[in-house]
Amino acid sequence: MRRHKTAEFVIVPTIAVVFICFYAPIIWTIFISFTRSGMFPSYSFSGLMQYWRLVGTERWHTAFLNMFVFGVLFVGFALILGFLLAVALDQRIRFEGFFRTVLLYPLSMSFIVTGLAWQWLLNPAMGLQHLVREAGWDNFLFDWIIRPDRAIYTIVLAAVWHSSGLVMAIILAGLRGVDRDIWRATQVEGIPRWRTYLSIILPLLRPVVLTCVVLLIINVVRSYDLVVAMTNGGPGNATDVPGKFVIDMAFERANIGQASAAAVIMLLTVIAAVMPYFYLETRRTGR
Amino acid sequence: MTRFRIATPQTRKKLVGRIFIYFVLIVGAAFFLAPLYVMLTTSLKPMDEIRQVHMLALPTAWTLAPWLKAWGSACIGVACGGLKGSFLNTFVITIPSVAISVMLGAINGFALTKFRFRGDRLIFGLLLVGGFVPFQAELLPTARLLATLGLFGTLPGLILVHTLFGLPVTTLLFRNFYVSFPDSIIQAARIDGAGFFDMFFRILLPVSGPMLIVAVILQFTGVWNDFLFGLSFGRPDTAPVMAALNSLVSTSFGEKEYNVNMAATILTALPPLVIYIASGKYFVRGLTAGAVKG
Repeated sequence: MRRHKTAEFVIVPTIAVVFICFYAPIIWTIFISFTRSGMFPSYSFSGLMQYWRLVGTERWHTAFLNMFVFGVLFVGFALILGFLLAVALDQRIRFEGFFRTVLLYPLSMSFIVTGLAWQWLLNPAMGLQHLVREAGWDNFLFDWIIRPDRAIYTIVLAAVWHSSGLVMAIILAGLRGVDRDIWRATQVEGIPRWRTYLSIILPLLRPVVLTCVVLLIINVVRSYDLVVAMTNGGPGNATDVPGKFVIDMAFERANIGQASAAAVIMLLTVIAAVMPYFYLETRRTGR
Repeated sequence: MTRFRIATPQTRKKLVGRIFIYFVLIVGAAFFLAPLYVMLTTSLKPMDEIRQVHMLALPTAWTLAPWLKAWGSACIGVACGGLKGSFLNTFVITIPSVAISVMLGAINGFALTKFRFRGDRLIFGLLLVGGFVPFQAELLPTARLLATLGLFGTLPGLILVHTLFGLPVTTLLFRNFYVSFPDSIIQAARIDGAGFFDMFFRILLPVSGPMLIVAVILQFTGVWNDFLFGLSFGRPDTAPVMAALNSLVSTSFGEKEYNVNMAATILTALPPLVIYIASGKYFVRGLTAGAVKG
């Protein structure tokens, strides 16, 4: 294909956007994280000062740790539930369309809506705990959402509710693409179906599962809306996450330096999570 | 062989398996539907019923008052005008930003697949990576950029950020879609002297129907459901629905009106939900197209 003037001209605004909207801001944020900036940006270099301060901040510890607790549990449960549902839907069942619609509708809802809905369902005074007590179990206790040591798990629950449909849809598409001969072969050999799924199909679907993991991890690092709607980071700072830490630092505390340093750590986390994926992808397509 | 036997252990085992599958699916469906059911029934109950009866009960005294209040007179901070103003804001933001980002995405996708120029792969790679970056890392400079342009807190400012931040996804979608479009047709058109936009509007766009629907749905849902941009770059009077909803439920004088809050929540969730139900297949394609092919 020869070069084309208009095509090059058309792509110029996009290049400009990419740099002005994505890369210039990132570079600015990285730069600011190495300065003394407080309420206003300052351009005097201060080495790793902002990072040392961040590391010494109790609230940041909570937020950073929560990201991992939340991330591991959310990705794990979403994958297991999504895979199970995809396998169940793949058994030539009746009402497949209905089940598919029901399992996927949470994806059309925002994290704010998701968070508010679950906040009410788990509210001890009127939600699940109240329901079970009314049913006769008088001292039933389920107050995780207001307990500092448990509240993060309720956020995992809401996030799994929202996103396991995505895993289901992606894995189901993968299952439908599996070669029918594999099924025939395992049937001839008399291998049980569940064994086939676990030992043959799952390894085959590794790239698909990997895609899910990357998509979910990106959501974990970015997570903000869900936490705000469900617990607003509370009780205390118990459910704080880096995404919320950055925004609070930027707007409420007006501490640009700390917000930038925390944002750079978030960026590094995403890169660390996505790198292996790109590496595997390029190796796979390179062959 | 097994097909002709009736009550062997194998068929019984198969039946147990069948029952197990339906059990998993029904429990799953109940788990997924429960929040919607609770919100919907609660939004139709008067407050004293919510206090007295558990959350799974159907309303005995049905009422639409919470919905009317959520729409027209619930307080969001100090302004007591309900959600209707924010609905208007969101429509004003959503329609142009979806239209422009989808159109530009399609044009980009065409330029990136059917033409070779220096750094085309690099541009695509950079754009793709831009889509992965957590927005928090771009927040402050973007706010300053908007302020410099005099657009901070305005609807045009929100339209601008949604359009620009939507580009990676739409470009990715159309690039993957146009890759499989035969190059020979484009070559033939170029030999006949067709220009870039002739080819785009008269050859590519007419066959892009399905992908246009997918991209519009994906962008619409994304912009409609956005909270962070609305919160960061909006003001109370330009707040889109999700920002308004979050302030509405956290504004309370005295007792929290759960029925109004839940009516408000369903109202804001309704447009994307309706689009999803009306177009399930395309919605799912949008979610998975970028992911699986990417």
